[in-house]
This record gives sequence, structure tokens and C-alpha cells, in this order.
Amino acid sequence: MKPLRAIAALLLAVAAGALSTQVIAQAAGTQFIGITGYRVGPYGPNGAAFFTGFIDYLELVNQRDGGVNGVKLSWEECETEYNTAKGLECYERLKTRTATGPTAIHPMSTGITYGLLDKAPEDKIPLITLGYGRTDAVDGRVFPWVFPILSNYWSAATGIVNFIGEQEGGLAKLKGKKIVLLYHDSAYGKEPHPVLEAEAKKHGFDLVMVPVPHPGNEQQSQWLQIRRERPDWVILWGWGVMNATALKTAQKVGPPRDKMAGNWRAGPEIETEAAGAAAANENNTARQTRAGTDFPVVQDVLKHVYASGKGGNKSLVGTVLWNRGMAAAMITVEAVRTAQAKYGKKPMSGAQVRWGLENLNLDQKRLDQLGFGSMIPTLAVSCTDHEGSGLVRFQQWDGKRWKTASQWMSGDRALVKKMVQESAAQYAKEKGIKPACLKG
Amino acid sequence: MLYREAGQFKSSYAEDQALFPIRQDRYGMLVLLAIAFVGVPLFASDYWLTAILVPFLVFSLAALGLNILTGYAGQLSLGTAAFMAVGAFAAYNFELRVPGLPVLVSFVLAGLVAALVGIAFGLPSLRIRGFYLAVATLAAQFFIPWLLVKVSWFSNYSASGVITTQPIEILGFVFDSPTRKYLLVLAIVCVLALAAKNLVRSSIGRAWMAVRDMDVAAEVIGIRIVRAKLIAFAVSSFYCGIAGALYAYAYLGSVEPDGFNLDLSFRILFMIIIGGVGSILGSFLGAAFITVLPIFLDVLLTDGAHLFNLSLPAGVTSMAQLVVFGGLIIFFLIVEPHGLARLWQIAKEKLRLWPFPH
Amino acid sequence: MTFFFEVLIGGLLAGVMYSLVALGFVLIYKASGVFNFAQGAMVFFAALTFVGVQEQFGLSFWPAFAVALGAMVLLGVLTEKIVLRPLVNQPQITLFMVTIGLAFFIEGLAQLVWGTNVYPLNLGIRDEPIEAILENFDMVISRFDLVAALVAGVLVAVLAVFFQVTKIGRALRAVADDHQAALSVGIPLKTIWAIVWSVAGFVALVAGLMWGARNGVQFALTFVALKALPVLILGGFASVLGAVVGGLIIGALEKLAAVYIDPPIRGGIESWFAYVAALLFLLVRPEGLFGERRIDRV
Repeated sequence: MKPLRAIAALLLAVAAGALSTQVIAQAAGTQFIGITGYRVGPYGPNGAAFFTGFIDYLELVNQRDGGVNGVKLSWEECETEYNTAKGLECYERLKTRTATGPTAIHPMSTGITYGLLDKAPEDKIPLITLGYGRTDAVDGRVFPWVFPILSNYWSAATGIVNFIGEQEGGLAKLKGKKIVLLYHDSAYGKEPHPVLEAEAKKHGFDLVMVPVPHPGNEQQSQWLQIRRERPDWVILWGWGVMNATALKTAQKVGPPRDKMAGNWRAGPEIETEAAGAAAANENNTARQTRAGTDFPVVQDVLKHVYASGKGGNKSLVGTVLWNRGMAAAMITVEAVRTAQAKYGKKPMSGAQVRWGLENLNLDQKRLDQLGFGSMIPTLAVSCTDHEGSGLVRFQQWDGKRWKTASQWMSGDRALVKKMVQESAAQYAKEKGIKPACLKG
Repeated sequence: MLYREAGQFKSSYAEDQALFPIRQDRYGMLVLLAIAFVGVPLFASDYWLTAILVPFLVFSLAALGLNILTGYAGQLSLGTAAFMAVGAFAAYNFELRVPGLPVLVSFVLAGLVAALVGIAFGLPSLRIRGFYLAVATLAAQFFIPWLLVKVSWFSNYSASGVITTQPIEILGFVFDSPTRKYLLVLAIVCVLALAAKNLVRSSIGRAWMAVRDMDVAAEVIGIRIVRAKLIAFAVSSFYCGIAGALYAYAYLGSVEPDGFNLDLSFRILFMIIIGGVGSILGSFLGAAFITVLPIFLDVLLTDGAHLFNLSLPAGVTSMAQLVVFGGLIIFFLIVEPHGLARLWQIAKEKLRLWPFPH
Repeated sequence: MTFFFEVLIGGLLAGVMYSLVALGFVLIYKASGVFNFAQGAMVFFAALTFVGVQEQFGLSFWPAFAVALGAMVLLGVLTEKIVLRPLVNQPQITLFMVTIGLAFFIEGLAQLVWGTNVYPLNLGIRDEPIEAILENFDMVISRFDLVAALVAGVLVAVLAVFFQVTKIGRALRAVADDHQAALSVGIPLKTIWAIVWSVAGFVALVAGLMWGARNGVQFALTFVALKALPVLILGGFASVLGAVVGGLIIGALEKLAAVYIDPPIRGGIESWFAYVAALLFLLVRPEGLFGERRIDRV
């Protein structure tokens, strides 16, 4: 009898709780931002840094400015564990929380982005995929609701090729060189393949692709293979534990590590630090957000948010992913502000935020005003260009932190543009979409 | 009192063999179906339909499949998600490559493909038993998603291996809204559950149970073990395959092979353990519990913190959720190792006398 | 040919790392018939506790090791008391499931206490190629891997002596053979189980330190357990020797396959190759290399 009672009580509690999920409403009259985040699981450390930065910035806007034009921000984070099914569940939950919807969703996972690709337009909720997700979404005529702002995987990949070319003394010197792509064997890791293959053909270098199975904490054989190939450069396209292992194994097996370049996901401090001395001074990563705390906005966060004890986690402040989270939040907030200029100073709906995103223009003056300075490149989003920038900048690890190693530079814009349009056109054909710019 | 069977006489074999020999069960089932088919679509919000009810039904189907294999035929498998992946990708390819093929037909074909794959991976069960077999099924769990990523033909050469399902259309009627998708899934699950219920009462079902309880003894009394085991693998994979197709078409709309990972397999295994191994009802109860529990915990912890004006460091809730989830599974197994289905049985026995216990 | 041997040796050394994890499984299976899926979580918990106390309280190696070992013993004893004792006489699958629940619990708990950060762990052994070998044979053999192999060897030797010579060891073997008989000759079953779980905790700590030193201590450590499973089915669940030999075979096969099969098919097969290899082996010998042949009676 006793166990029966205990379990019955438990079940009742579960049922009651499930029913009451929608009872607690968010504060009315605020701009509600739904966050699909992840802080547990193998990629949890990365998510934690990003979403802490994201929320810290929202808190800053509330504390320092009293919201956006007087409209306070409110938010809720739902744990996705970097799992597509859970991400969609979170999305459904956040979507119904308030009348204005979740503002804009940052899925922070290629899988979740794909899962939401069809749903978001139906629900009129914009997706901001800051440097990941579906690359051809740059074409806003086919993907009006998806914004791969800053630079997408293809821009980053071609940017890396340009960087390598620059280091070698010109793109022409790439001919006959051998470049290894060491990639995470997943949807994310395969995204740069077509563009790199095209680049290899164009510049005449030899591209060798070496996959690392998830999660990538064993790479002995991959690096022995790389050692045998004796490549001129290694491109690291990793995420999570794979990065630390790659750097460590590289040290053990010994190819030249100053000849390594990675994309933005290949070099958060946490992993690079875990690799310890192995990483010192020896690799470059392309990124669209700079690390560091010497930006006015970071100082503001320390003053207004952390000083009053509302901050997330001080040890993360100024790290690559934390800064990236800040930038992501800033872009969301600025889209709301842009939309407010047109629709009035009240909470914005998804459709209005979409307009704001499509007309987002952050020039250097505005970035300086916001205190971001040169943390991110300038942005000008338009219907045909949802990327808005496409610039990357390389940084080098000096053993303790990231140091800038190049100016903002672009990849092969023409090639990327051509491939984006082809790919988007094919998608439009498959789905029966008539490419057109959305109004209003 | 409420659940009294005195006075209900059975005067023919057919009545004695009925699915629900007791009147209350019959009516109860009818009421339940009426609620599910009519009441729920009328009153449930889109959130409930898309985020809770559809996944619950899909997982019930997968759990049913696993329960046939593990609960009835006694073969422990950790590769359920892989068979779901086969179903999802097979359905996608049938739809893609055979123009005009009705969706339901592709689902059935997808189930058959999954069944074939299931037989292939079931072959080792003829030699291996127990945990060795369980670990061996992991081979399927790791190999199949890998193959689906590797051979990009399966995902129609999408760069990242992600497939986006075609719209579900049956005889010109498009299942696009949450309510419609829910009704479609519900109908399929009902038909398959009925089939499963009858299957486990048939001669093959009894053969499975004999193999489960002691395979050597089963062989001695003339049951063909090889056939029984392989059919169990085939039927189980068929169910999982259809569940996978529904998972892709009716629930997520877009899936990647990596989504069908070991975690998903474990989740389905949890469902049958918590629901009840060797029970059709248990598959449903377990699926309901495992689908709702994380959502509930998440909401409870988040809102609970709001309510008491605590600001929990974000992330703590996620971790606490893991702890509570693990704790509850341990708790359940200790308190009632036979699962929720067994509890329901006990409850029914109590109801027979209640409220006059003497 | 040099390349072949380089990969082979690298594979054997990697296999030793798998064996380290597999040992923990074997110990518990041997003594209590429980297939402890939480072993991976225990490895993670142990390593995280170690670096956690080092970071928080600035302890040096040995005190931190002692604290972590204490935590593992406590965890083992509590597991025995709260989780396993009520489940005596339940079917093996129930016990297996409960350890999956336990794995979730431990993973959550570890991160709740120590956070989700990635901690570097430095044992003072440089993970670098040994120069003499590099120069003379042009082969890359990591010093760290050699040390890990040494540690594993010592661990196995200690465990073997422990099982063969000590009184507790004999009791353990008696329990493994037959619970009922062991009880009837006066062996305290509860104590024995608590000891076994503690020893498994110790093995988890060692494995966690070795793996953590390699990749940093983080959640991905729990996946290491998945690498140990094919080792187990190859070597037999109940054999310490099997865990070692199985580890060597799996490690070598896996690395050789990755180097010689991956490039032609352009795909990473490491994620499943070990399982398929072990599966094929099982078809020939269903009880594993060193498992005991089962005799069925009706």
C-alpha cells in the first residue's frame, strides 16, 4: 500500500504541475525574449558561456537604460541539452508564453535550426543563427525568417583560406599546397565541405578531409594520419572536447601548430585552456567577435550588472563565447529598437522584429555608441543579404588569452554568394517557395 | 464496488477470449478513445498537441516495439533509436523517389525496411544472450546513424545530413495543423496497439514468452527458437520504424541521423521499465511519464524559483533536473520494479472492493 | 612499415586506457552480477571532485586524491545501501536499469556541485613524443601513454594480488561464485559489496585522472565508458585479465582500422568499429575471450 500511495501522490503532483505550466504569466507589457539554451551535456560549457553573456546584456539594458525605449525586457531560458527534439519542445513552450511571442530565437545548434526552419515562418518568429545553421539562408528572399547574421560557415571557411593565403604570401602560392580539414563528424562539421572543395579546385590546393567521430576525445589515429600526410596547413572545424583533444594530440604527434586555423567554434578559452601549454602561441581561429574585457560595454556590465550581484558568472566575462552571447543579445535588442522606430514604443511581435532585423544597420558610429567598438564588424542587413557582414578576424592564443592576429577580412564573397544563391534556389524549388522579399 | 465483475457471465469461448472481458474495461476504453479522438482536439492547445501529446504517442509506439522485443521475447536491446532512424529515413526516401506514393504506404514500407534491418541485427541473438546481446545491439545503435550520415544518398545529398520531411497528404487531405497531425498519429497508434495486443495473445506471442522465460525449455517443448526470436526482432523493428517515421513526419518535421542517438534509445528503455516490462498498457504509461516528467521538472524548477523570488543561477535548474530524473528512476525501480502497469493492476484490485473493503 | 608499428603501438596504448575504465565494470560485475552502467559517470565524478577540490581549496596532489577517494568510497557505500540493497533478488535487467538512473544522478550531482566548466588537469607528465624513439625510429610514442600503460599494469597487478592473497579478496571470489553459499559460510555480503563498490570507485578515480589529464576534465569523460563496453564483451564481463587483453585488442584494431579503412571510404568509422569487431568475435565465441561457458539445464 505504501509504495502505491507514494507513487500515486507523485503522479498527481506531476499532473497538477503539468497543468499549471501556463498559469504563471510573464510580466505584462515587457518585451519577452525566449531563450533556448544549453548548459548541461557535452557541449554545456560552451552554451553556459554564450547564454550567460546573452542574459548579462539583457540585464544591462534593463538596469542601465530601463529597457528599450522604456519597454523592459523579460526572458526565460529553457534547457535544450543541444538536443534537437528538446529544442523544439522548448520552442513550442516559449512561443506560447506571451502575446508577442519569444521575440527571436537563437537556436545555437545546427540541428535545432534545421528543425525550426519550417516552423518559424508559420509562427512568424525570426531565427537568428549567429554564424552557424543553414548557410544558404543568407538569401532572405527564400528564407525571410532566418538571419545568419555576421558571417556564416561558408564565409568563415573561405575567410580561413584567404588567411592561409595571406600567411603564405598570396593566394596564388596555395597551388600545390596540402591542407587538411579536421572536422567534427556531424551536420555542423560537414557544412563547409562544398565551399572548401570549390576553393580547392579554384586555387589548386590539395584538400584532405579527416573526420573525428563525436564527441572527439580520441584523435590519435587522425593525427597520425595527418602526420603522414605532412600538410602545409590544418583547418580545425571542431566543437566541445574535440578542440582540446585536437590541440593536445597535435602536440603529441607534432605537426606544425602555427599552421593551424580554426573557425569560431574551434577556440573558446575553456577548451584551449584545458589543452594547457599545448595551445600556446600556436593556433589561429577565425571569429566574428573579439574576446577581451577592454570594451566599454563589458565595463558597463561589470558596473551595472555584476556590481549589484545580478550577473551570471564573473569568470566567464570577456571570454570569446561570452562576448559572442553579448553581441547576440545586442543584435536582438537593436532589432527591437529598429522595429520600434517604425511600429511604436511597445513590445514588438515576431513579425515586427523580423522587419527590424531585415533593416538593421549598425555602422561603426552606432557600435561605438553601444560600447561594442571593434568587438564585432559593422553590420548592414538587407533582404538579399541576411548575413550583413561576412567579415572575420583571426586571433591567436598566447597561452593565456586570445590576441588579435589580423584585421577584419572577408572570404571569397563572389564564390559564397554564387553558391548561396544556387543552394537557396534549389531549396526554393524543392519546397515550392517563390523567392520574394517580405513587406512590413 | 466500482469495478465489480460479479454478475458478468461468459457464455461462449468468444466472450471468454475477448480483448476486454470485463464490462467496465470495455466502457472505460470507449470513453478513453472518445476523449482522445474528440475531446482532446476540441480543447487542447497547440502547445499540448505538438509538444506533449504527439511525442507521447510516437514514443508510446516505439516503447511498444521495444516491449515486444524485450518484455515479451526477453531480448534486451539498446538500439531502438537506430531502428527509428531507419524508419524515418526510409519513409523520406520512399516519398522522395517514388512520386505519388501515398504517405501511409511509405510508412508501412518504412516499417518493413526497419524490420529487415532488425532481422539482420537480430541474427547475433541466436548465439548471444543477456548483456552480451545488449552491448551487441549497441553496434546497431552506432553503425546505422553513421551509415545514414556517411551515404549522403539517404539524405538526398543534403550537405549536413539533415532531412526535411514532405507534407503529409492522404487522398488530397493535408495533415498540416497540430490537431490533424495528432489525429493521424493517434489513429495509427491505436491500430498498431490493437494489433500488438492481439499478437502477444497469439501462438507467436506465447512462443515469445516461452523463449523469454527459458529458451532451452522452450526448445525442448518444440518451439522454434530461431523463428520466434527473429520474428520478435522483425515485429519490434517494424513498430520502431513506423514510430521513427512519425517522429520525423508528425513531430519534428526535420531530423538528422545524430538525433537518433543512444540517449533516445535509453529514454525508450526507461519508458518500458517504468511503465512495465511485458505490458502493452505499460508502454503507454511509461511513455507518458518519461515525456511529461522532464517538462514538468523544468517548469517546476523554473517557476518554483520565480514564485519564491529566488534567482537560481541559470544552469542549476538543468543540473537539478538531471539529479531528480535519475533519482526518480532509482526510486521507481526500488518501489515498484514491475512498473506503473503493475500499480494499475493493484489499483484495480483495490477498486473491486472499494469503498467497502469487507 | 614504421607507420604500421607506430599506429599499432599507439593503438595498444590507447587500449590500455580503455582497459582502465573496463576494470571498474568487471570488478562490480564479478562480485555482484550488476552490469554497472554508471561506471562512466563515476569516472567523471571522481575526476571532477579531484580537480574541484584542487581548485577550490588549493590542495596539492595527494590530499586532493585522498578527498576524491573518500568521496568515491562514500558514493560506493551509499549506492550499496540505498540503491542495491532493496533490489536484492531482482532480475539483472532491473539492476542494470537502476545503474542507468544512477548514472544520470551522478552526472547531475557532479555538475551541480562543481559546475560545468572544463578544468585542465596537470599530472606533471608531458604528453609529448619520446625523443629517442622519434629520432631513431621516426615513431611517435607519447610518454604520457607509456605512463598510463604502466599505471594500468600496476593497478591490475595490485588487484590480482588483492583478489588472490587477501582474506577480503577470497571472500569476494566466494561471493562472485555463489551468493547463497557465501552467505551460509558466514561472509558478510553487505560489507563485501560496499568494499567492491569502493574499489570500483578507486579504479574510476585513477581512470578519471588519466583521461582527464589527456583532454581536460569535462562532461565528455562520461563517454569514455562507451569505449569500454566493446572491451568488456570481447574480454568477458567477469575477467580482469579479459579487460586488459580485450582493451589491447580493441585499441589496436580500432586505430589500425581508422588509419587504413577511413581514408578510402572517407568516413570516420571509429565510433562503431569496435562494437562490430566485438560482435563478430562473439558470434564465434559467445562468452567472450575469458568468460565462463554457461551450461543450461532445464
